[in-house]
Amino acid sequence: MSDLMRRILFLPEAASSLAPRVDRLHFFIIGTTFVVGAGIGLTGLFFLVRYRRGRAPAQEPAMAAPTWMEAAFAGVPLAFFLLWGALGFQDYVWARTPPRDALDVYVTGKQWMWKFAYPDGPGMVGVLHVPTGTPVRLLLTSRDVIHSFYVPAFRLKMDALPGRYTEIWFEAVRPGRYRLLCAEYCGLDHSRMRAEVVALEPAAFESWRARQLAQPTWVADESFGEEGTRGPLARRGAVVATRQGCFQCHTIDGTPHIGPTWLGLYGREEPLASGDSVRADVAYLTESMMDPLAKVVAGYAPVMPSFHGRLSAGEVGALVEYIKSLQPERPEPPPVQEPAYGPLPR
Amino acid sequence: MAPSHAEPSGAGPSYLDAERGLWSWLTTRDHKRIGVMFLAVLLLMFLLGGVFALALRVELLTPGETVMGRLAYNRAFTVHGVVMVWLFLIPSIPTAFGNFLLPLMIGARDVAFPRLNLASFYLYVLGAVMTLWGVFQGGVDTGWTFYTPYSTVTGREVMPVLLGVFVVGFSTILTGINFITTVHTLRAPGVTWMKVPLFVWALYGTSIIQVLATPVLGMVLMLVALERVAGAGLFDPSRGGDPLLFQHLFWFYSHPAVYIMVLPGMGVISETVCAFSRKRPFSYRVIVWSTVGISFVGFLTWGHHMFVSGQSTFGAGAFSVLSMLVAIFTAMKIFTWLGTMYRGSLWVSTPFTYVLGFIFLLFFGGMSGVAVAVTSADLHWHDTYFVVAHFHFIMVGASLMAFLAALHYWFPKMCGRMYPEGMGIGTAVLIIFGFIATFLPQFLLGNQGMPRRYADYPEAFQPLHVASTAGASLLGFGFLIVAVYLGWSLRHGRAAGRNPWGSEGYEWLSDSPPPEFNFHAPPRFPRPPHDYANPGVNTEVEHAA
Repeated sequence: MSDLMRRILFLPEAASSLAPRVDRLHFFIIGTTFVVGAGIGLTGLFFLVRYRRGRAPAQEPAMAAPTWMEAAFAGVPLAFFLLWGALGFQDYVWARTPPRDALDVYVTGKQWMWKFAYPDGPGMVGVLHVPTGTPVRLLLTSRDVIHSFYVPAFRLKMDALPGRYTEIWFEAVRPGRYRLLCAEYCGLDHSRMRAEVVALEPAAFESWRARQLAQPTWVADESFGEEGTRGPLARRGAVVATRQGCFQCHTIDGTPHIGPTWLGLYGREEPLASGDSVRADVAYLTESMMDPLAKVVAGYAPVMPSFHGRLSAGEVGALVEYIKSLQPERPEPPPVQEPAYGPLPR
Repeated sequence: MAPSHAEPSGAGPSYLDAERGLWSWLTTRDHKRIGVMFLAVLLLMFLLGGVFALALRVELLTPGETVMGRLAYNRAFTVHGVVMVWLFLIPSIPTAFGNFLLPLMIGARDVAFPRLNLASFYLYVLGAVMTLWGVFQGGVDTGWTFYTPYSTVTGREVMPVLLGVFVVGFSTILTGINFITTVHTLRAPGVTWMKVPLFVWALYGTSIIQVLATPVLGMVLMLVALERVAGAGLFDPSRGGDPLLFQHLFWFYSHPAVYIMVLPGMGVISETVCAFSRKRPFSYRVIVWSTVGISFVGFLTWGHHMFVSGQSTFGAGAFSVLSMLVAIFTAMKIFTWLGTMYRGSLWVSTPFTYVLGFIFLLFFGGMSGVAVAVTSADLHWHDTYFVVAHFHFIMVGASLMAFLAALHYWFPKMCGRMYPEGMGIGTAVLIIFGFIATFLPQFLLGNQGMPRRYADYPEAFQPLHVASTAGASLLGFGFLIVAVYLGWSLRHGRAAGRNPWGSEGYEWLSDSPPPEFNFHAPPRFPRPPHDYANPGVNTEVEHAA
């Protein structure tokens, strides 16, 4: 049934865990639209025949709608629209909330190509390798204008903006090669800014990754192309932090200094000077480098300078990876605990 | 400019004859002449935008290069979008038909500020010339949306276009102020707010949006200009700016602008449905309040253009719900029009054929709009041909159907002559069919995953592109026929008489074409407009004197 609908509607195969959810709602909306549309069309056609001029003068020229009917004109469609909105929003939140165990991939768009970097090293241009059955979190940014990462078979799209990270996740369900397109107009070769997502069985992915890591001559792509840029992103982040002087204020051993310690910072709920609190996720860490005074952690002076223009997109990613790697050793949480970001039950 | 035309149906010279010569037109303060001048320029713009649309469709016949390269394609879609949106759709119905009809419909001699009205026309022409010079001279390749940071870093010269659109915006604001003041102050005795013709209500709602939203567009265009000329860094993240700021400001104007395009069209349909069903509107107040509702809720939905821009999930959800609310008003109108036809006496004329086309396109365009306002579905559809097809259905197709309905319905009012009716109906069917044939494949292309603004595309998309281009050529052919028979009728159509449709609209109480000051004596309208239960009462009172 779903396959038949997909063929009628020219939808590509549904190759991610998100795609069937989007398609189901799509079928519901299209189905309702066509049923109501047919109803309106047939009613109109009936009127055209039945009340054609020449048959009779207008029968009730002063007729007006009763109030209940006026209310129904508004209420019935509103109920349907809100239902679709609610169902869609549920899936949307799900699609934008990555599970904790997701594999991270840093995605950089530039005119007119896509670059991918994994935290432990390998980087690729134009081809993104992912394992099937594993959530993959994309951290997207751009080196120039706005691009948009779009894989039709995954029903997935997210803009890549200069100067900030956006995130989205997906889980490929079948091995295969999927078309990746840029969906935000970005200039001359916008229509040729294409790439490919290659989904591999987990074992095949691991062996691919091992091969990549084993290549001694591997050099990061040009956005990471300075000295000391080899190796895993986190290791590179340590180099960047040293060079940028981060350790003048931040420690990595848990002692507070001029700024908060980085040990265990990632994922921590930080109280703010303003009285709110914020989770130190990728977005917050990036913001704190670019606009440090926007959200100052309670108990610290607002003295950190902005690193706007001083850190490249790749360096920000490396720093974040480095901070993520600084977790205190502690016992595993009891297994009964539900993951905070579990998929919504269906 | 005014060729030989029919004898006016009443005593005394019509507005076409009151003064003669080109100069008398160029310096006129008569709202009817200004409306006709707007109409002439608008039709030129439509021709220009249409030629570029066909060029784009030809290029997309094959993947790779068909007739133009990538840069030429990017420039061509910019010309198409800029001309159609800023120079045709936004001013179209209000400036041409609104100007001509608004005073007639409330029994006024003219608009409140006739000189300002003429200034508005010249500002529009000036802005249009600047914009066109800009797009052709500068080879602008940003698309009509001028998204930053692309528009601030592209090597093409964007400044003249920004200034041109800015100036056109002033024309829009002045027209809006003029209309609002006119409706408030110049209604004839007896024309209370709940007896104002529905087209006037639509113009009123549109004017509110024009006055409140257009300044924001002016600001954001100037910010882009500042960025380009002075390097302000407002949208440049490497200097502390934010590229998304532009999208927020731009859509704060440009989403309401969609209602600037379609609300006047809804007003036209409300008028023509009543006139050709010989019935009162099924619910006058539903039409009025949904018009006012669209004018205000339309301001609260801009974020639905940014579901995949990194906007917060909460923001996306809120904008999704607000977008559902604004869609309701459109649904209410569709049901009311259908109810108006119920037990009426339907006259299938050319305008009425376009009404049916309008309702069809508005329904599917509106429903696909609700569909893309569903956050998860937008993850797939955003910036694909599905969106292209959606907005062509609703803001182009529906507006165009209303424009053509208005053109045919008020053609006898404007020039006192009729056009060949059979030809009109046949062409209307051809145009509606051509429109659907052009854009139905584009919905499917969007489903298939074809992004917007692609000069080149993977081969899998070709069959649907070919179908769309075939539809577009039908559409172009249809418009050609309309141009030919309306041009012919201007000179050779048979005289229309005062009220060829037997309509109860106030504007038909005046002569066709109307005299210079619209009515020979201050008009009195004892009955509401569209009152087909008491046909002719207004006419008798008006012409008893």
